[in-house]
Amino acid sequence: MSGRTPRLLLAALAFGYAFLYVPILTLIIYSFNESRLVTVWGGFSFKWWGELLRNDTMLDAALLSFQIALVNACVATVLGTMAGFALARYPRFIGRTAFTGLIAAPLVMPEVIMGIATLLLFVALDQLFHWPERGFTTIAVAHITFSVAYVAVVVQSRLADFDRAVEEAAMDLGARPSTVFRTITLPLIAPALVSGWLLAFTLSMDDLILTQFVAGPQSQTLPMLIYSSVRLGVSPQINVLATIIVTVVAVAIIIAGWLMNRTRRRQMREAQAVR
Amino acid sequence: MSATGMASTHGIAWGRRLVIALPYLWLLLFFAAPFLIVAAISLGENTPDTVPPVTLTGSGKTYVQLFADALYPAAYLNSLRIAAIATLATLLIGYPMAYAIARAPAGWRGPLLMAVILPFWTSFLIRIYAWMGILSENGLLNQFLRGSGLVADPGTILGTEWAIYLGIAYAYLPFMVLPLYAVLEKLDVSLLEAAADLGARPWRAFLTVTLPLSLPGIVGGCLLVFIPAVGEFVIPDLLGGTETLMIGKVLWDEFFSNSDWPMASAVAMAMLVVLVIPIVLFQRARAREMARG
Repeated sequence: MSGRTPRLLLAALAFGYAFLYVPILTLIIYSFNESRLVTVWGGFSFKWWGELLRNDTMLDAALLSFQIALVNACVATVLGTMAGFALARYPRFIGRTAFTGLIAAPLVMPEVIMGIATLLLFVALDQLFHWPERGFTTIAVAHITFSVAYVAVVVQSRLADFDRAVEEAAMDLGARPSTVFRTITLPLIAPALVSGWLLAFTLSMDDLILTQFVAGPQSQTLPMLIYSSVRLGVSPQINVLATIIVTVVAVAIIIAGWLMNRTRRRQMREAQAVR
Repeated sequence: MSATGMASTHGIAWGRRLVIALPYLWLLLFFAAPFLIVAAISLGENTPDTVPPVTLTGSGKTYVQLFADALYPAAYLNSLRIAAIATLATLLIGYPMAYAIARAPAGWRGPLLMAVILPFWTSFLIRIYAWMGILSENGLLNQFLRGSGLVADPGTILGTEWAIYLGIAYAYLPFMVLPLYAVLEKLDVSLLEAAADLGARPWRAFLTVTLPLSLPGIVGGCLLVFIPAVGEFVIPDLLGGTETLMIGKVLWDEFFSNSDWPMASAVAMAMLVVLVIPIVLFQRARAREMARG
């Protein structure tokens, strides 16, 4: 390859990462701004941090979002793992093509369509059975529905990656399928379960459109509150919130990466020891 | 076969059925079935005095209105155009990045890829909000342009279609880079070396070897960006101007501002018809990928 190519590639990388991170950096810097105007620097201050921490509406919304995200991540991980397992391990069953469609479609379906569709279902159910009341339940169910698809994809690609011979050997030695799953498959796909759970949690914490459709008048999640405040114009409190979110996510990802790395190294050492 | 053997095969069959049926039923009930209801409501009529504000008539008036009123067809075409341009922009930014990451030393690839995905894990809404502060009339971009003396009167990007392209490219970049990286990383470098040995210049080798071989990644990435971008609501709402016509925003306004559920449902059905081909293409591409392993 000519000497120019790597330099061009480096430039492309630098541009790409600047594009991704400069906007986030500006948010963080201006969260420490004294001025109410988000784009005019008025000196360093923790003023808006104090305001945010005293903002009870914001804290309530954050708590509700957190609870929904927790429920969503747990249920979606269980259902999504089942779906991912079915896709990776059962090559033939009735309705498999439709099933792959049901997993693929939520990944790309515009959220406004899913939002109105899910709400109309809840309204119809409410008319027929007087259930569910709009709020926590409806938001959680709507989030689980699209989170399942994401978890399924993560789990399925992990299952496709590893060698089935170990599972088959255990079966040949007379282990029951449930034992094989618990002692062999589950530890091997554990990293996928962790990523799937975190992905489902994040998607739920972040969802606005679907939530706005199914939430009902009583409940307000964090993205709903951010949206209504952003629509009125820029607000320094949102910058503070952004800084908190970015910090939490960065720390969580670094810890998760470190843990996974450690697990992988340990597995490799064990594999070598066996050999 | 022994009695315990029979029992365990029986157990396998039931376990297998459960593993398939549980997520299947969930998605059928909460993802597929709602579309039937949307279809039914789209044929109803808006009756503001009832709760819910719909009467099921089966009239199809909404669809007549959907085609008769110039607003709706214009919004569909506009959405397709904006989504296509934004997808192309995302590809132009994402391809060199994916290529560079795939050619980076092996130890660097993980962290570099992680750095592309990391913004996706933070709030979508807040990342779009960041651009409001950058692109507004007295925003950071214009301050920089004026301050550096590059442009005296730069004009405002916020509220134009350019802001929407930027927002989509920014928000969806990871969805473009990941599938591109997946194919480029597997690409056999010896093919490029062979092309070079046969006298092909790097650009020619790229156009005749790399680009065609990375086509599945290009198609996958573009569909992952294009389909949701057509129905995008937050980006045109926050970054586009009031006159920007996109179908996701039209649906939102019909539902939340006008409380016209049948019209909003008809808009959703028509959008689904427009998107059904790209969605099927996407599903096929995923199925092929699965089959390859």
